[in-house]
Amino acid sequence: MSTLTIDHVSRWFGNVVAVNDVTMTIGPGVTGLLGPNGAGKSTLINMMAGFLAPSTGTVTLDGQPVWRNEQIYRHIGIVPEREAMYDFLTGREFVLANAELHGLGAKAAQRALATVEMEYAQDRKISTYSKGMRQRVKMASALVHDPSLLLLDEPFNGMDPRQRMQLMDLLRRMGDEGRTVLFSSHILEEVEQLARHIEVVVAGRHAASGDFRKIRRLMTDRPHRYLVRSSDDRALAAALIADPSTSGIEVDRAEGALRIQAVDFGRFTTLLPRVARDHGIRLLTVSPSDESLESVFSYLVAA
Amino acid sequence: MYDPTVARLTYRALLGRRRALILGALPLLLLLISLAVRTLTGADDRTASDVLGTLALATMVPLIGVVAGTGAIGPEIDDGSVVYLLSKPVRRPTIILTKLIVAIAVTMVFSAVPTLLAGLILNGNGGQVAVAYTVAALVASIAYAAVFLLLGTVSRHAVVFGLVYALVWEALFGSLVPGARTLSVQQWSLAVAHRVAGGDLVTSDVGLPTATVLLVAVTVLATWYAGQKLRSLTLAGEE
Repeated sequence: MSTLTIDHVSRWFGNVVAVNDVTMTIGPGVTGLLGPNGAGKSTLINMMAGFLAPSTGTVTLDGQPVWRNEQIYRHIGIVPEREAMYDFLTGREFVLANAELHGLGAKAAQRALATVEMEYAQDRKISTYSKGMRQRVKMASALVHDPSLLLLDEPFNGMDPRQRMQLMDLLRRMGDEGRTVLFSSHILEEVEQLARHIEVVVAGRHAASGDFRKIRRLMTDRPHRYLVRSSDDRALAAALIADPSTSGIEVDRAEGALRIQAVDFGRFTTLLPRVARDHGIRLLTVSPSDESLESVFSYLVAA
Repeated sequence: MYDPTVARLTYRALLGRRRALILGALPLLLLLISLAVRTLTGADDRTASDVLGTLALATMVPLIGVVAGTGAIGPEIDDGSVVYLLSKPVRRPTIILTKLIVAIAVTMVFSAVPTLLAGLILNGNGGQVAVAYTVAALVASIAYAAVFLLLGTVSRHAVVFGLVYALVWEALFGSLVPGARTLSVQQWSLAVAHRVAGGDLVTSDVGLPTATVLLVAVTVLATWYAGQKLRSLTLAGEE
């Protein structure tokens, strides 16, 4: 059982602040580090992995500093985002080399390859592997010494749905075994499927922390904006504004559409089709106008 | 202080790719030129010394040193695969020292061995010329490997800087500015060669004591500093 403690950590590159005064504690189980691209997730993971010194603050694993402390890697397994991995080796040679660097042997390497179900391709050169196979071999190299903390940077990038499911199962199992597993992602659904606990980072700041259901509700309960075109915009507007789930409607003449702000997401989504049907209005366009992840996150920061 | 796994990975990276072609091409060229010179002018101690001095020691040895020294670590840092070495409980100086030993061995094999063969072709080791330059190549291999390994650790443009040092500083600048020769791996190794050959077939601008001190100092300092740099190597993310 390991606990990773990030204490008032900031990191800047020149004038650019990549991570701004982040404090979090990552305990056993699976934790998702969620944030849009460029939010500072990789910088944060690099500091957790001891590959980057915090400008201020400390990162410790069970009280031990991770920066400039190579002995800490007896307890940490790392799956980096970057692809490069000694492509001229076979999968087996690569995992064996990783085992040897931990002072372990062929037995540990074989067990790790079995865990990720890569034995069937272990004697092929890594250069011939697909993205998903590479990811699994990286995973095997990180698991070879049975670490108590597992750090994964965007592990699902470029994986097909089946590979994604397999890796999720594996990570879930690791979490259930009492390991501390932290993975980063910019995709909400990925994090939601896998992590009970999530940490949200936006623009280098720690925006939210806790149970994913709570954060998910925060995200869905925010005011939603829609662009709606129909056979009779004015009649639709009049009917919708009567309901408390709608807080504002604007007739956009240039667009020939309605801009609707809904405060109760669930109620509005069932109200709209019903109102249209009852009034004999045909809906031509219904599109959310602020569904980008960035807007979701910026709402979270403001909340 | 030596890790066989790091050594294996380094050997395979150095000898497995295009780098091996460059490493093989230069010695082959030296042997062909030596054969041509011998055929055209016959065996002559002075000519042999000139060919080995300019082609082998001033050109081939530093170039092989650049390829092997920077190649032992530079590409791994560039593409990020060094993360698999750094995320292990292996001391950073051990990684550097192991890579240095591999780089020295590769430089020696691809520079000193062909130098000896070229010397034998040129004049059959008359006046100890072949052996003297071979010893010089062996000595220079150690210093070059250490300097270029450091360069590969600190700079993404290690090969360019290495080539500039090898060709501009050692070959060009050194022949124009006398003072620059004192700070030249080539001259230090020539001082050792001079001792081996005796006479005036092989000469150096630097005395043997100075050369020895500088060779040891540069090798030790470069290796120590590379180890320090690796301890705090920052792996930038892709963000």
